[in-house]
Amino acid sequence: MVLTRQQVEHVAELVKLKLTEEEVRLYQEQLSAILDYAARLDELDTAAIPPTASVLPLRNVMREDVVQPSPGHEAMLRNAPAVENGCVRVRVVLEESN
Amino acid sequence: MALLHELKAHEARTLLDQGKVSALELTQAALARIAQVDEQIKAYLTVTADAALAQAAEADERRRRGERGALLGVPIAIKDVICVPGAPTTCGSKILRNFVPPYAATVIEKLRAAGAVITGKTNTDEFAMGSSTENSAYGPTHNPWSLDRVPGGSSGGSAAAVAAQMVPLALGSDTGGSVRQPAAFCGVVGLKPSYGRVSRYGLVAFASSLDQIGTFGRDVRDAALLLQAIAGHDPRDSTSMPLPVPDYTQALVPDLQGIRVGVPQEYLGIGIQPQIETAVRAAIQTLADLGAEIIEVHLPHTDYALPTYYLIAPAECSANLARYDGIRYGLSQDAEEIWDVYRLTRGHGLGAEVKRRVMLGAYALSAGYYDQFYLKAQKVRTLIKQDFDLVFQGSAHTPPVDVVVGPTTPTTAFRIGEKVNDPLQMYLSDILTLSTNLAGICGISLPCGFADGLPIGLQIQGPAFGEEKILRVAYAYEQATTWHTCKPPLD
Repeated sequence: MVLTRQQVEHVAELVKLKLTEEEVRLYQEQLSAILDYAARLDELDTAAIPPTASVLPLRNVMREDVVQPSPGHEAMLRNAPAVENGCVRVRVVLEESN
Repeated sequence: MALLHELKAHEARTLLDQGKVSALELTQAALARIAQVDEQIKAYLTVTADAALAQAAEADERRRRGERGALLGVPIAIKDVICVPGAPTTCGSKILRNFVPPYAATVIEKLRAAGAVITGKTNTDEFAMGSSTENSAYGPTHNPWSLDRVPGGSSGGSAAAVAAQMVPLALGSDTGGSVRQPAAFCGVVGLKPSYGRVSRYGLVAFASSLDQIGTFGRDVRDAALLLQAIAGHDPRDSTSMPLPVPDYTQALVPDLQGIRVGVPQEYLGIGIQPQIETAVRAAIQTLADLGAEIIEVHLPHTDYALPTYYLIAPAECSANLARYDGIRYGLSQDAEEIWDVYRLTRGHGLGAEVKRRVMLGAYALSAGYYDQFYLKAQKVRTLIKQDFDLVFQGSAHTPPVDVVVGPTTPTTAFRIGEKVNDPLQMYLSDILTLSTNLAGICGISLPCGFADGLPIGLQIQGPAFGEEKILRVAYAYEQATTWHTCKPPLD
């Protein structure tokens, strides 16, 4: 096992996933197998190799800041689970300080 | 005359131009065919019949006013990861079950401007993560050649719809082989353009440095015509290249004089189903007979493409899928506390493979493991890209080649359920297509034979923005063979 149970729980919390007990066990096993396989990259000496994040020669692409037609407020809110006064309604984000 | 639903797009266009058939008739034939066979195949998640009939009537009106065009009045299917207003874009996920996009992808705007008739949205592995469509929250698609087998994935619905002659054309997306692998499994042509060739605006993001929209057709000409309609720079996608789009039909010539075809030794042999190796070697001989010079080449880092891909793609997807939080759109599981809204929404709304990749990616990016996994994979990506650069540019040892040829997949279509419990085995089915995306180059799969009644795909890869080269080789091969005329035993 490459991953401990605690590591699986930690990474699930990083990506905000509620997992069942069974899922934690399954992913510990499966992610360990995949990472084991990925470790074969260690066979390669890459000390002098630069990383590739994008294959394109483009950097910092700019365009004119021109106002374009957009779908509009109402259309953009149509998919929201809860709407109030033209805004997306959410649970409290900031807790009261004591 | 062939039945209307059997027509390829370019054949339909000829009849439309001659006034022998209307867009409405073609669309009605497509919808009838979908009604006839899709209960078994399950290629479509949504059939937008009313909108399609309205678009067909509009195409006929445009033709009456004298307008002409390769796709004007031709039915098409769209993978359900591409935003089309007026119908849900689910991405094969429960988390977007009721999501109706408020805007159209650039490729959809282009197709509508060209007059293509959109018939609906096709099944996909959830968020395009998978190789069989079994990861769709809405059930798997069945391979038209053998209903107990997968159509491949993730664009399995699009490939199956084209193979089963529901529509002549379809769009898919290809992040690690998701157009080419299902094209091979379903016996159709699937083209993945170079990264930056087609706008990704309105394509739901999976792995942003790898994703590219691709085309399906029942022959090379149709795949090329569809690419022609969607290619080009888009100011709304900063990763689309500001390059002119060539006339791809000019590349469709039936000989290969002066063309150098590289055959990577790493692509044949170990792990390849013997009938596939035999078919691909015969195809290479056909290319030689057509005038191509065959050159043995090496892509020494081929074996590292799979581990590299399965670190980079999950890392990018873990960031891209953070947006599905139950707040602005999509499924929302309410809870007292906002953090529980996130946890429960994602826990319920995302499927097993997506959870696996999001966690794998977050792990590879996390403190303490970033250098060991993510950065390492990005460095090996450089080596994989350099392998292709050397082959296409030539070296002291070998002259430059125009294309690289090999099998698209190590096996033919596998059985539904065969690999669902073993993610690594599932990943291995993409072993021959992943490096195309890592290198940002283009590739096409086309039929080159059968093994026990199941199609075999020939993969032709070309340099970045070298679509004309792969189209030329694919077209010449297709014109010299009859594989693309074979039809699945559905009727």
